[in-house]
Amino acid sequence: MQTAVIRFPASNCDRDAAVALEKITGRKPLMVWHRETELPSGVQFVVMPGGFSYGDYLRCGAIASRSPIVQDIKNRSERGLAVAGFCNGFQILTEAGMLPGVLMRNKDLKFVCRPERLKVESNKSRFTSKFEAKSEVMFPVAHHDGNYFADKDTLNRIEKSGQVLFRYADNPNGSLNDIAGIVNQEGNVFGMMPHPERAVDVMHGGTDGLNFFKSILETI
Amino acid sequence: MANNTPKITPEIVAEHGLSEREYEIILDRLGREPNINELGIFSVMWSEHCSYKSSRRHLAKFLTKGDRVIQGPGENAGVIDIDDGDAIIFKMESHNHPSYIEPYQGAATGVGGIMRDVFTMGARPIALMNALRFGEPTHWKTKQLVSGVVAGIGGYGNCVGVPTVGGETNFHKGYNGNILVNAMCVGLARADNVFYSAAKGVGNPIFYVGSKTGRDGIHGATMASAEFDDDSDEKRPTVQVGDPFTEKLLIEACLELMETDAIIAIQDMGAAGLTSSSIEMADKGGVGIELNLDDVPQREPNMTAYEMMLSESQERMLMVIQPGKENLAFEIFEKWELDVAQIGKTTDTGRLVLKHNRKKVCDIPIAPLADDAPNYDRPHVKPEPRPALDAKNIHETQDYNDALLRIMTSPNIASKRWIWEQYDRHVMTDTVDSSQSGGDAAIIRIHGSNKAVAVTTDCTPRYVEADPYEGGKQCVAETWRNLTCVGADPIAITDCLNFGNPERPEIMGQFVGAIEGMNEACRAFDYPVVSGNVSLYNETNGQAIPPTPAVGGVGLIPDLHKFATLQGAQEGDTLVLIGETTGWLGASIYLSEILSREDGAPPPVDLSAEKLNGDYVRKLIRNRRANAVHDLSDGGLAVAACEMAFASGKGMALSGPQGAARHGWFFGEDQARYLLAVEKNSVNPVVATAKAKGIPAQIVGKVGGDRIQGDGAFDVSLEKLRSANEAWLPNLMSGDAQNGDG
Repeated sequence: MQTAVIRFPASNCDRDAAVALEKITGRKPLMVWHRETELPSGVQFVVMPGGFSYGDYLRCGAIASRSPIVQDIKNRSERGLAVAGFCNGFQILTEAGMLPGVLMRNKDLKFVCRPERLKVESNKSRFTSKFEAKSEVMFPVAHHDGNYFADKDTLNRIEKSGQVLFRYADNPNGSLNDIAGIVNQEGNVFGMMPHPERAVDVMHGGTDGLNFFKSILETI
Repeated sequence: MANNTPKITPEIVAEHGLSEREYEIILDRLGREPNINELGIFSVMWSEHCSYKSSRRHLAKFLTKGDRVIQGPGENAGVIDIDDGDAIIFKMESHNHPSYIEPYQGAATGVGGIMRDVFTMGARPIALMNALRFGEPTHWKTKQLVSGVVAGIGGYGNCVGVPTVGGETNFHKGYNGNILVNAMCVGLARADNVFYSAAKGVGNPIFYVGSKTGRDGIHGATMASAEFDDDSDEKRPTVQVGDPFTEKLLIEACLELMETDAIIAIQDMGAAGLTSSSIEMADKGGVGIELNLDDVPQREPNMTAYEMMLSESQERMLMVIQPGKENLAFEIFEKWELDVAQIGKTTDTGRLVLKHNRKKVCDIPIAPLADDAPNYDRPHVKPEPRPALDAKNIHETQDYNDALLRIMTSPNIASKRWIWEQYDRHVMTDTVDSSQSGGDAAIIRIHGSNKAVAVTTDCTPRYVEADPYEGGKQCVAETWRNLTCVGADPIAITDCLNFGNPERPEIMGQFVGAIEGMNEACRAFDYPVVSGNVSLYNETNGQAIPPTPAVGGVGLIPDLHKFATLQGAQEGDTLVLIGETTGWLGASIYLSEILSREDGAPPPVDLSAEKLNGDYVRKLIRNRRANAVHDLSDGGLAVAACEMAFASGKGMALSGPQGAARHGWFFGEDQARYLLAVEKNSVNPVVATAKAKGIPAQIVGKVGGDRIQGDGAFDVSLEKLRSANEAWLPNLMSGDAQNGDG
């Protein structure tokens, strides 16, 4: 199982994602620089890590989404490559048009960092198959712009087709319908504001993130 | 030499913050009049901020050596050995003046600056802490300062991706006109790959890397060396602007270059920018430096030599590169899209020579700028000692429920969640414990290992104000105690000495007294000072801040299977109090919050009792005899029990006074004390062994239920106390109520 983590300038959860992936696959992920134009061959799962790519000085994720490597990942995802983005990675995926909706500034305009209870909406996806449906898990959040928004039609569509995989039990940022994590219609591209890679070790205060990674790895 | 500069008049000299006497020395050392560039360079290098001219001789008293000290004060940060070839590099620094004028940028650049001090030496920053002091909550400026400072700290640290794991926040009217923002950074390096600032060799290339130089922050160091008045807001243009994105790239690029052998010496450009970095490197290495300012990356056109040398633009580094490795350095910095330029070379002249527009614009000897800078023995007077108060003569509250609630919702005790939830505490995924649990010290695992460092910052300004010597001892002792509470071996400290105007003998008296007290504690614990900074002139219109020597302590937890926090108390555990309780209420929170009094001598610190009690508690933790541990500090036993109850989610029932008046028993602030939650079967051995060692140990209550009870004196629901404790700061920050318009 070969995984890869993309490094953008000022990604800062790249190492955290790598540690989690290695822990679960037993194999170091490839660290891929944003200026590369192609993923190394054999990569089966790509993580877009959290951080502040390009300082988030423009709209979060907007500049990173135009990186050469993102174009290649987008093309491959259309052919089925599994991709997950956490936090800034989720923002990059929406900016790249790989996931619907946008992440706006948090409702109270402040950065928020805390362990957050999430409801697993469905376990009929490649990213949640190891969870009990409707169970509650704890992942930390740490973001300034996690307020999920989509127009009414898009929202209806993703709700109807079961693309909402995680909802906040106690909405920290004003996201519509308490949405914390979504998957694309094809089921192979996933994004969430919370950090599953920060919940894979008892020292983190919880290990609910393990099932997330185990789910996706099992399907590959 | 080009003389494109105005004639140096006494007015210009005074504007540069130099005294007549100091100017005479400059004339003497140069043997001629300086030009304006040279005057500017002398003025920043001889400012209090850069030269430590009022404090140097007193700082020299500190214990700075120890078995684990790799590098003490004098470099960018202190370095300690934590075994297995690992080193911890850390320092705390103030950014008080800029944060008052422009809270967001002032605080942000404080965080950026302290991180640069740490990664300059080859360490990856792994934790940030902050010690903050604001004015009264009701003061018209306080809310704006709190929200700006907190957003600035978070905005910078969160972006760079270093967890902000703890700190402290106080409110007191003494800070109405001068807030304190002290930032601490802890980094991890390999002990055999530490980088220093001493330039070496002759003809070696000097590289500039990072942000371009702009006109921001000119004379920041001079501003930080003067008092404020009503027009302080006009100093806003001297505050720098932070760019955490560039900082993150600088960290990665520098650490990457540090994996090669390309760097001979490296120094960040902090206060007084290019001037102090080049002079410090040259002075430490005993060489000269020649810079061509035309090659400095510039943000704006037509900058003068004076502006470039005095700019405090952030996120810039200076390094001496190994000849032949220039291309390697260019390659790495260009990969990270950073501005990089070779701007000069080392020389054997011992002089700083600057060229601009193909003309020589400065040529001065380096020694008088650094080592030979003024070193004053300012007059100091000992403060009048305050009388020790006897609890018997201090009014006892008739409503303990109300008193407990008022204390738990008082500004210094109330939860600071509103602040720390704005900081990423988890990035790097090695945070074991942080502000989140309300613990005594943050715990950060050493990546990929089973050991951890513990970090805390502490200072009780009201004690220092009441008695600088005892208060100074207490600041150091409290950090030592807090590290002990989590099961760490305390190793060393950094300090940030915030005081008023040193030209006033009573302020200098506070300064000298505090240092002597701190030093005594350092020596008693074998707990050296390895880095720090001094911030003087924290005064507005002649009103000085309370003396605030903030101390940052670092310790080592060798085995992460054996540590403690406040969180582990179990239903049915026995509460054991280690240390002697006399019921000391002088300078206490009870006195200030319940009786609106700030008098009395502070609790004395018996350093041998501290050591004895602390070593015992640490041993109990390592033998897994304690489920939860908390030191007793502000608010005494009752507050410690509440905090442990909040963290553990269990009620606590305290028994009545043993050897002290009732209010002194519950709220007294005697030092060297710890509250332990101990499993039933361990109680007898814990108490008996303590007694055998001559350590006071008493059973003082039980864990369980959902109430906080104090032997019939108070009985309040845990939930009520917790929600009131949590609500205070959010209410303050969201409330519209402001008293007056200033």
